Amino acid sequence: MAATLSREDLLRAYRMMKTIREFEERVHTEFATGEIPGFVHLYAGEEASATGICLHLNDNDKIASTHRGHGHCIAKGVDVYGMMAEIYGRATGTCRGKGGSMHIADLDMGMMGANGIVGGGPPLICGAGLAAKFKKNKGVAIAFVGDGGSNQGTTLESLNLATVWNLPCIFVMENNGYAESTASKWSVACKDIVERAHGFGMPGVMVDGHDFFAVYEAAGEAITRARQGGGPTLIECKLNRYFGHFEGDAQTYRGPDEVKKLRETKDCIKSFARRVTSAGMLSQAEMDAIDKTVLANIDDAVAKAKAAPKPSAKDLLTDVYTSY
Amino acid sequence: MARTITFQQAISEALSQEMARDPSVIVMGEDNVGGMGADGEKDAWGGVLGVTKGLYPKYGERVMDTPISESAFIGAAIGAATAGMRPVAELMFIDFMGVCFDQIFNQAAKFRYMFGGKAETPVVIRTMVGAGFRAAAQHSQMLYSIFTHIPGLKVVIPATPYDAKGLMIQSIRDNDPVIFCEHKMLYTVQGEVPEEIYTIPFGEANVVRDGKHVTLVTLGRMVHVALEAASNLAKNNIQCEVIDLRTTSPMDEDTVLESVGKTGRLVVVDEANPRCNIATDVSAIVAEKAFGALKAPIAMVTAPHTPVPFSPDLEDLYIPNAAKIEAAVMKVSGYKG
Repeated sequence: MAATLSREDLLRAYRMMKTIREFEERVHTEFATGEIPGFVHLYAGEEASATGICLHLNDNDKIASTHRGHGHCIAKGVDVYGMMAEIYGRATGTCRGKGGSMHIADLDMGMMGANGIVGGGPPLICGAGLAAKFKKNKGVAIAFVGDGGSNQGTTLESLNLATVWNLPCIFVMENNGYAESTASKWSVACKDIVERAHGFGMPGVMVDGHDFFAVYEAAGEAITRARQGGGPTLIECKLNRYFGHFEGDAQTYRGPDEVKKLRETKDCIKSFARRVTSAGMLSQAEMDAIDKTVLANIDDAVAKAKAAPKPSAKDLLTDVYTSY
Repeated sequence: MARTITFQQAISEALSQEMARDPSVIVMGEDNVGGMGADGEKDAWGGVLGVTKGLYPKYGERVMDTPISESAFIGAAIGAATAGMRPVAELMFIDFMGVCFDQIFNQAAKFRYMFGGKAETPVVIRTMVGAGFRAAAQHSQMLYSIFTHIPGLKVVIPATPYDAKGLMIQSIRDNDPVIFCEHKMLYTVQGEVPEEIYTIPFGEANVVRDGKHVTLVTLGRMVHVALEAASNLAKNNIQCEVIDLRTTSPMDEDTVLESVGKTGRLVVVDEANPRCNIATDVSAIVAEKAFGALKAPIAMVTAPHTPVPFSPDLEDLYIPNAAKIEAAVMKVSGYKG
């Protein structure tokens, strides 16, 4: 177990992962009722990645996310009430109902947005890293990228620029095996995305993305190096998603019982619980208590989102420019 | 009499004065320093046509060279803008928007709205526009209309050294993303420019010549061509009012409508290709809001619907000239219904 993790850290990590899981399971259920508009892309199954990375971060640090952004938002501290209201398109949402699931952002929390464009985040993260460098605030900037996004030119250009400018950036490639319905073992030309790190002159490390401790340790090394001026790192997290690309995806491209088996054998929250209880760091009772508060919060967030006011007609025309 | 400098010097001076005033202003682009990593002198180029030359010796690491990697560094400028910097990034030629447009129109332009009004993206993207340099189809386009179409972007096209300086300073201080279009044929144009810092607000067109017979609305390099035409037409006692839009987003509709209200005749001159350009946009606004004032159909003088040709003989035919503008003015002047 990573030596730097205190009991408080572990409790925080568990709460974060559990919040993401329950948030996503609940959005999945609620989406099926037809009340949630548009597209949602759920992060359930991948919680250890966002949590293992973001537990290292502070208010000076920035992250940019993907379509599958709810987990990153929660891990960076974005309020789940605002997020749920945003997903319902309500005026009380994080983005006042103008962004939706694919664009939840909270710049005050250093969350630069989920992104509707695959590969949209890495260039922005180079900029956030550059700003931290100019401000000399030791901030780091993290781009979460999927295996689909790992093939985008924007991502590859950003890897190059981050090394050329020696930026405090970490590129976290969350390889969940599928870009939409296309397998990454088919669409990624190299065996592992991490091999690309070498070509861009930066350290690369591959971790089991279901293992919170592995992610946490790899991230800690990379982030410390970046804060000390040592430049960027690429981390590939091999993981799995429990749901489809988007809600409504019949997932006929996946093998029979694939998801069922994953839930049984590759559950980052269960493996975390086993590990901390066997090490005597946390008790099951402590985690059960967290489960209760998390579920109550999510229930409350859904109830409040459903009851929240919708945006008014005048909101259509505001917030385009700061002045015009 | 005020000091006379070139359009290029005016932009460079605006950048330098704003960098001196505000440490969050940084400048980046391909060869904006020049010679980076090479054995020769630094500041070797100062941008491909020298606009940023002299900034690196003064401001050091705040002037940054980039790889030829527009998506990454234009996106980085945008990301840095959301994180408290005021970057001025150079997209060398507007034609190169094809390799980085996503970062501009899906990211920078949309942050404020998409994030519920909580984002500010004070980035300036400087870019060279326009034909006349014998630079052919991929280095000569006038693509400002595409940016004008996108809500969230502001689009600036200065025509004179005075405007270039004032509008650049305004662009840097503005809290929204600005596309600043520099016509490469204007870089050597001289004009009076005060040494002190001043700004020109967006959305205020400049009436550069008064006239009562025909309104000529134009922008960028075409302002000079329209003035030449107006001067020739004045010899035949046709007085043209020439309006330089200066910015296409926001656009000063009032000045245009007021002038058309007075003259009743409109010719719009636009160096862009003819479909969905600024000429069609201004024409639509006037047709919608001042139809009753019109005494003749609106005329548009634009480039043809072709790529920009290389051969000087062809390129000279491509670019609207004074003769074409004069012909259009004569046509609307002589219109009897």
